[in-house]
Amino acid sequence: MTFEEIISKLKGQFGESIITSVDEMASPKAIMIDSGNLLKVMKYLHSSEGLYFDSLSCITGLDNGAESNSMEVIYNLYSIPYNHHLMVKVIVNRENPSIDSLESVWKTADWQEREVYDLLGILFNNHPDLRRILLPADWEGHPLRKDYEHQEYYRGIKVAE
Amino acid sequence: MGLLDQKLGQGGIIITKFEDLINWARLSSMWPMAFGTACCAIEFMSTQGTPYDLDRLGIVPRASPRQSDVMIVAGTVTFKMADRVRRLYEQMAEPRYVISMGSCSNCGGPYWEHGYHVVKGVDRIIPVDVYVPGCPPRPEALIGGLIKLQEKIKEETIVAPKAVERLLAQKES
Repeated sequence: MTFEEIISKLKGQFGESIITSVDEMASPKAIMIDSGNLLKVMKYLHSSEGLYFDSLSCITGLDNGAESNSMEVIYNLYSIPYNHHLMVKVIVNRENPSIDSLESVWKTADWQEREVYDLLGILFNNHPDLRRILLPADWEGHPLRKDYEHQEYYRGIKVAE
Repeated sequence: MGLLDQKLGQGGIIITKFEDLINWARLSSMWPMAFGTACCAIEFMSTQGTPYDLDRLGIVPRASPRQSDVMIVAGTVTFKMADRVRRLYEQMAEPRYVISMGSCSNCGGPYWEHGYHVVKGVDRIIPVDVYVPGCPPRPEALIGGLIKLQEKIKEETIVAPKAVERLLAQKES
């Protein structure tokens, strides 16, 4: 299914306003949706006839910095039987970043969302086990945030020179 | 020490100092722990392989810290790993030695400035005897480090232990 067909199928199901913008230059081509609609759109993409995005290849978190005051969560979807790709982007608030967890749709979202939480501090609602995955449990702060400053000491070991 | 090796083959009586005998035994069987944290471990493995053959120096990797004499810290030590490295070191029986292999464990290496997650030198956690430079060091360099450690063990003495001196110096200062 082509990108245009995917868009028209989504618009047919949820209405014209479901897709806030489209990025044709992205690879794979991307759609942007509101964070409130994320779960229902993803469930539809996952299980409806002709789309069947059965693989969530990647979740990326992105901090746009204090000036634009926003964060993004980017989902890369792939359909193994139909061999088509789609990127879905969602903008979240930078002060209180939170978004619905997709663990109920794709099991693989569990660890991928934990990574985004670990490095950027974005909270995933209804996630079954939201704790750090890469850094130690008692680490302070989220390192991929633009305003991150590391702690002076970690368990008595000096962190920087 | 080379003299002692030659005399062993002749089946006669050897007269030597007890501490020379102990040092010779220790430096001829430095068993390292089979343990690596990053790409330096690959070089460590190839040093153990046939072309370089660490076995000829009596160096046989062990799978347990309880059986090891030397810890070769081969690779990047992250803060998450730091506790484990320290615990493994504490599990080794004395006398125990540490070789820091490669730039990462020497001083943080490429993560020196911006790597918030890397311990800037394994000597911030455990005492290090020999530093092997390189990124990663070639097997020759690691063997050089091991020979350096052998030289260090050769100089050890049980008559005048250095540890007491060090403790006294600490107390005075």
